[in-house]
Amino acid sequence: METGRLLRGRAFKFGDSISTDHIIPGRYAYLRSNLPELAKHVLEGADPTFVSRVGEGDFVVAGSNFGLGSSREHAPLVIKMAGVSAIIAKSVARIFFRNAINLGLPVLICDTDGINDGDEVEVDLKAGTISNLTAGGQLTFSPLPDVMLAILEEGGLLPYIEKYGDFKL
Amino acid sequence: MGKTLAEKILSDKSGVDARAGDIVVASVDLAFVQDTTGPLTVKQFRATGSQGICGSLRAAVFLDHAAPSPNQELSNDHILLRSFARDTDCLIYDVGDGVCHQIVAESLARPGELVVGADSHTVTAGGLGAFACGMGSTDVAVVLQLGKTWFRVPESIRVSVTGQLTGAVSGKDFILHLIGLIGADGATYKALEFGGSAVDQMSISQRLTVANMAVEAGAKAGLFPSDGVTREYLVEQGREEDYRPLAPDVDAVYERTIEIDASRLEPTVARPHTVDNTALARELKGIKIQQVYIGTCTNGRLEDMAAAARILKGRQRHPQTRVVVAPASRRVLLKAISAGYIEDMLRAGAVVLPPGCGACLGLHQGVLGDGENCLTTANRNFEGRMGNPKAFVYLGSPATAAASAITGEITDPREFW
Repeated sequence: METGRLLRGRAFKFGDSISTDHIIPGRYAYLRSNLPELAKHVLEGADPTFVSRVGEGDFVVAGSNFGLGSSREHAPLVIKMAGVSAIIAKSVARIFFRNAINLGLPVLICDTDGINDGDEVEVDLKAGTISNLTAGGQLTFSPLPDVMLAILEEGGLLPYIEKYGDFKL
Repeated sequence: MGKTLAEKILSDKSGVDARAGDIVVASVDLAFVQDTTGPLTVKQFRATGSQGICGSLRAAVFLDHAAPSPNQELSNDHILLRSFARDTDCLIYDVGDGVCHQIVAESLARPGELVVGADSHTVTAGGLGAFACGMGSTDVAVVLQLGKTWFRVPESIRVSVTGQLTGAVSGKDFILHLIGLIGADGATYKALEFGGSAVDQMSISQRLTVANMAVEAGAKAGLFPSDGVTREYLVEQGREEDYRPLAPDVDAVYERTIEIDASRLEPTVARPHTVDNTALARELKGIKIQQVYIGTCTNGRLEDMAAAARILKGRQRHPQTRVVVAPASRRVLLKAISAGYIEDMLRAGAVVLPPGCGACLGLHQGVLGDGENCLTTANRNFEGRMGNPKAFVYLGSPATAAASAITGEITDPREFW
């Protein structure tokens, strides 16, 4: 993705410990080879109305340990398919973090207490800032390790490997 | 300055002096997928245009989560994975062979190896001294292509075990206690390294249970040393040649050290809906249990079957409590039959399922009804985990599960031991 671009959208606010079973539970495993159907259930366990309200460019904003649990890459995948442009959270579980970046979905770590549900938010990936256009105020997020930033810049792990043929550290 | 187990293995596999915080590219020894993550790996692997799996890698496909398949969609995923295994000539373990992590421990992972699996509980093989790490489908697809991937070398938290687990108190109680102590994100991005004066008193079965749940504290890996206990286990599995001793350096640097006197632990249970929401089993007396589930990659081994059968033998399940048993592998099932454990549990009123993951993730074979409580020996109790967001999942040891099956409520197993 073009990391110089500004991302702008509404915040959909979630609490702490949103697990992969909230995002896309195991009982829908039979839909994993039918992604459009699977994506209809995104975050259903945390907010059944999310899928009908979320729009292109919006943000998932959460508390701590977002995405804990399973290695299922379908969790960040269905969030991305819903049009979400980035996940903003206090902390994110390791496997989910890596999976999201591998799919070209930015994950930004900062204190999200100042962002409320429905706030209009603008993210500058390059500057590392998040502006709350509704409530005012600006947050900064922790920079990604270079390797993750490079993967994100190419739009995910497959395009990164296609371009470089290997991991470039 | 000495090295932790994680630093030693990642140095060995990357060819550089790897220290906590460094980012390295390391060669992977063993990579695997299972039937709910594998189809996406296959799709991504094919998208790379690779002709075959990297020759330096051992690769395996496991059909264990939906085994046997409950519907046409998952059956078609199985067809895809079987055909991928044929095309790439990788190992395949089909329906009934067992849960991936159990077979990896029995037959595949070696001490000191780097193991990557498209399943979060890949950390289980850390019980044998492997650096084993769960990843997503695309990461594993690239590992299959290149035979390597990148790692941030984790800081390690040393968990020093003193005192011996005794009686009805097991490795499950140990790890639930630890997660209750440090929290479900207490080790995020880090390695949990187990050692201490009494670590050699922990069997491989217990070590695998403890390592399995390292990820429930957010850890990247849960590592045990490879010692005489490891060697004995590998001899039992018919692969003595895979043994190599492995220990951290005495002057290794840890982020912090936690001491746990295992002899003082009591049967412990995690309450809904997070794994760190722990209490003692005896404090939860009176909570009715409609289903007990004994099995999974956490507690589906022979020792676990023995503990459950010891309590269930000659007794009957509570009339309001179903007992579902799923040994973790064909090898475990066969041994549990020979030892009489399966008969003891069947006579006590249990249902015995084929080896597999099914009910643990709410996929099939033991999905809970609205408002029901389940005491499971599995590793996760998230909302919706066992197939129903209106159900409640408690985690405990096989002994606690068996004791609760008899009384119909959460019960301290020492009453029956």
